[in-house]
Amino acid sequence: MPDLQSLLTVAGQVLHHPLVWTLLKIVLIVLPLLGAVAYLTLAERKVIGYMQVRLGPNRVGPLGLLQPIADALKLMTKEIVVPSDANSVLFVLAPVMIIMPAMAAWAVLPFSPDLVLANVDAGLLYVMAITSMGVYGVVVAGWASNSKYAFLGAMRSAAQIVAYEIAMGFALVGVLVMSHSLNLIDIVRAQQGPLGLFNWNIVPLFPLFLVYLISGVAETNRAPFDVAEGESEIVAGFHVEYSGMTFAVFFLAEYANMILVAALTSIMFLGGWLSPLDHIPFTDIALLPSGMPWLLLKTAGVLFLFLWFRATFPRYRYDQIMRLGWKVFIPIALVWLLVVATLMQAPLRHLPIINIWFH
Amino acid sequence: MIDFSVFVFYAFAAVLLAAGAGVIVSRNPVHAALWLVLAFFSGSGLWMLLEAEFLAISLVLVYVGAVMVLFLFVVMMLDINLDRLREGFWRYFPVGGLVALLMVGELVLASLSKNFATMGRNLPAAPADYSNTRELGMLLYTQYLYPFELAAVILLVAIVAAIALTLRRRTNTKYQNPAQQVRVKRADRVRMVDIASGETAE
Repeated sequence: MPDLQSLLTVAGQVLHHPLVWTLLKIVLIVLPLLGAVAYLTLAERKVIGYMQVRLGPNRVGPLGLLQPIADALKLMTKEIVVPSDANSVLFVLAPVMIIMPAMAAWAVLPFSPDLVLANVDAGLLYVMAITSMGVYGVVVAGWASNSKYAFLGAMRSAAQIVAYEIAMGFALVGVLVMSHSLNLIDIVRAQQGPLGLFNWNIVPLFPLFLVYLISGVAETNRAPFDVAEGESEIVAGFHVEYSGMTFAVFFLAEYANMILVAALTSIMFLGGWLSPLDHIPFTDIALLPSGMPWLLLKTAGVLFLFLWFRATFPRYRYDQIMRLGWKVFIPIALVWLLVVATLMQAPLRHLPIINIWFH
Repeated sequence: MIDFSVFVFYAFAAVLLAAGAGVIVSRNPVHAALWLVLAFFSGSGLWMLLEAEFLAISLVLVYVGAVMVLFLFVVMMLDINLDRLREGFWRYFPVGGLVALLMVGELVLASLSKNFATMGRNLPAAPADYSNTRELGMLLYTQYLYPFELAAVILLVAIVAAIALTLRRRTNTKYQNPAQQVRVKRADRVRMVDIASGETAE
């Protein structure tokens, strides 16, 4: 019988095999993410509840804290109904297609300067490519359900996502121009400067920040851009035929996408893991230094905005959504891109006031 | 034991071939479009293996993320009659088969030539700070600036032409002007009326 020592070394070797080690790291990202998704649903119901002078869920567990677990159990034990004329393979595949990109994009997200699963050179491009695949889940779900409501929802969603992806892409081009890099770690590093939070991209790229944030809400099909679901017109849109766990996966994907967009906004525009208190004397000893907690805080802040929007704004009408995307956001993004590019030119960027951001 | 990258190559290549076969074999046009998406994705995996990250990711971003979505959109809404599409299959088969045979022959000839076999072997290893994207951008905006700009102009002309061809002006549509809606004042919409109170109809 091998002694404990050798058993431990074997275990260590298995653990350090690149495949096992990477899998372990993936689990370390995905598990907390799923936990965050579960509790984001609770946070949403609580926040909207308080905004409407209600208590929100408060029956399951202390302060309603076990509500997401009860919801998950309920959804898991429900029957999955496949409509008789549905395309059954694609019907089941659609939820998978929608949650896959929401998870895969986390591979390149840096949590702190040296805490990232894959430090990819073209990280920004990777994120844009992977998130652009989420629309297939919606379209395929709508089509495979063989239901008119679902199909209408899918069509609306596809048109909306394609429209807002362009504005989002242009906003990200602005970020890329500012930081001279597609690497997400370099993008955050480029926002480091003597002025603390005034060096973040949100200041020089404020219009692009607004375009990105609002396009992010539209991309995730959240209120006030949730015409793909539109309860009052097309019941539940693309996932009207889904039940049980297949519905739960759509639900999970929506919230995972929200967290992803919030984290990306924090990284691109809000300085990622950088502390806003940098360069203010003595604060970094007493308070949090730059690092992962700041990224999580910023992400939570942006997520709160998502919930706040939902509680505040009535749903956009479909033609207004299209107008906003094509005729407002794309021109704004293009004009600001031109402004940034002009300011980055050699004669201008040496002027002291422009030098702060554009170098 | 084979090299891991060789294994990855064969995996992607097998999926790519299967997906390509799926595109032409599947009876349902939506399935064919989805197979094509898979084919693009596997092709991008192969490019990634060749260390062409920028091209690989843009293939996914442009073709999978935008072009194929619109394609799927159109295919789903078209009322395609499969029997009509399949009419005359055997009539055109000899010509189609001949073209296919020619293409296979050309590919075989090209891959059997000795230039092809030695092509990838003596490439210098990329330095550690090599950025595919930066190099491509450098080339595109210096050496190939004119062809690049020319391509952009042609695309612009194509966009304008496509819109001009399909634009139809309808005179009886109702539309809103948001700028006007925002500028509206209370006086434009509400008329305050003074009604004397306390009188009763008699």
